[in-house]
Amino acid sequence: MPNIKELTDLTTQVRRDIIRMVHKVNSGHPGGSLGCAEFFVSLYQELMERKDGFDMDGIGEDLFFLSNGHISPVYYSVLARSGYFPVEELNTFRLINSRLQGHPTTHEGLPGIRIASGSLGQGMSVALGAAQAKKLNNDDHLVYSLHGDGELQEGQNWEAIMYASAKKVDNLISTIDLNQQQIDGSTDDVLPMGSLRAKFEAFGWTVLDIEKGNDIEAILEGMKDAKSLTGKGKPVCVLLHTVMGNGVDFMMHTHAWHGKAPNDEQLKEGLSQNPETLGDY
Amino acid sequence: MGIIMKTYTYTEKKDTRSGFGAGLAELGRTNPNVVALCADLIGSLKMDEFIKENPERFFQIGIAEANMMGIAAGLTIGGKIPFTGTFANFSTGRVYDQIRQSIAYSGKNVKICASHAGLTLGEDGATHQILEDIGLMKMLPGMVVINPCDYNQTKAATIAIADYDGPVYLRFGRPSVPIFTPADQKFEIGKAIKFTEGTDVTIVATGHLVWEALEASKALQEAGISAEVINIHTIKPLDDKAILDSVAKTRCIVTAEEHNHLGGLGESVARVLAQHNPTPQEFVATNDTFGESGTPAQLMDKYGLNSDAIQNAVKKVLKRK
Repeated sequence: MPNIKELTDLTTQVRRDIIRMVHKVNSGHPGGSLGCAEFFVSLYQELMERKDGFDMDGIGEDLFFLSNGHISPVYYSVLARSGYFPVEELNTFRLINSRLQGHPTTHEGLPGIRIASGSLGQGMSVALGAAQAKKLNNDDHLVYSLHGDGELQEGQNWEAIMYASAKKVDNLISTIDLNQQQIDGSTDDVLPMGSLRAKFEAFGWTVLDIEKGNDIEAILEGMKDAKSLTGKGKPVCVLLHTVMGNGVDFMMHTHAWHGKAPNDEQLKEGLSQNPETLGDY
Repeated sequence: MGIIMKTYTYTEKKDTRSGFGAGLAELGRTNPNVVALCADLIGSLKMDEFIKENPERFFQIGIAEANMMGIAAGLTIGGKIPFTGTFANFSTGRVYDQIRQSIAYSGKNVKICASHAGLTLGEDGATHQILEDIGLMKMLPGMVVINPCDYNQTKAATIAIADYDGPVYLRFGRPSVPIFTPADQKFEIGKAIKFTEGTDVTIVATGHLVWEALEASKALQEAGISAEVINIHTIKPLDDKAILDSVAKTRCIVTAEEHNHLGGLGESVARVLAQHNPTPQEFVATNDTFGESGTPAQLMDKYGLNSDAIQNAVKKVLKRK
């Protein structure tokens, strides 16, 4: 049984990492990162089967691809705290000569990263290719991917969504971070997308909602269901209902903190809401 | 090691895309990691043989080139060597950001194989005749850019790039053109080939223009002009030494390519010369223009991309020595 207390403590620490990283360089994307902290912790600590160390091909383990690369702070924090690289390296986020680029990349050789992302809409295609390589290699491990909801406005996603079901890529679980926010406002204000469930189902996917996308137990339960639906001839989509900026009250329920760093006062306030659990980097 | 010297013999005419198809089929038999992807142009890309022999290693993507580039990048994760196939226009401009981020910046071992490049696509017209693809692709850090000149060279290049670890853009064409390089050649990425020895002028050509350069050199010979014809099949990385060694002797150069003069082989050569040995140069290339419908021969004539155009460029550059 997963230890929810430990996962919760880790999530709190990840939140601290996110706002400290972004504050230090006065740039980066805290809102979406905070909204997905529980998901990343659950994925890397409980859900994915991972080998020790890192090799690019990842044969014999589950793989994860982040398509909305701007939420790199949560990705870096969870990768570091899952053992891929030293936690102290979080200090170098967005600095010159760092492996922790503004958006994730393989280019600087950071362990844990298998593709560059940042220019939106490309990650699902890459995840599909990796999933099909697993099938060719008779590797029955899964491929996970994460996408922003606003990101689905990019057309390449729909090429990939159409392909995935047509080609029965059923070893893929694509999660949509349904926080209903994007840079210029709510997704309904910018470009309403209607029912994503109806759209994915119409494209031949199995769709599953996790209504409490910031609740670790709900995530674990929902993703367990998602896993049980793989291998049945259809790709699986998880609609993860999250709150952007979750865990820092003044950043919650708004697009305002999509790509804005907290000032000194705001950092102090955010940290006081998330007391240190595992030790700051 | 100096430049590779080769003799050439005309045998028959065949399209370079069929050289790609033959090379891919051979890779299917010899390299189990090679996989192929196509965006609804199997017949045009001559991929049928590979698909027939390796159906499980072929991915029909449909008319979705952006998705194809991403899937190709993903397939490398797990050790596959993906060869994507579609027209040059849809292999480059249409999917530039996908190639830039998911393949080039990510350092993925994808071979982007592009047919119907340039004007010789013919009657379909300018929407399909890309003349900017070499420029687009050579600007991407780490991208190798290859434009072979005939069926045999295209086949050899296709086979060779599977052994190179990194992204490659392989550009070839639609029309039947003379085969004049040997069937048993070994293709070396980045190594120029000298077909004729000459003392008055260097002609550096790539793709379909190599044969035209050889035809031009024969005509020039009769007019008493000794031309050294060098085949640059790899535009990036460029064989700087081959070019510099030749112009040290001839002191002038003509570059010839089925591409815009902006961004093409000619500009790459000009950069090398400007840095190391400023030399009079003339460009046989399209002049910042789109193409149009017509037969390949009509188009190459109208846009000045044939033996006659090369001879005129040679006469012009000789006066500037």
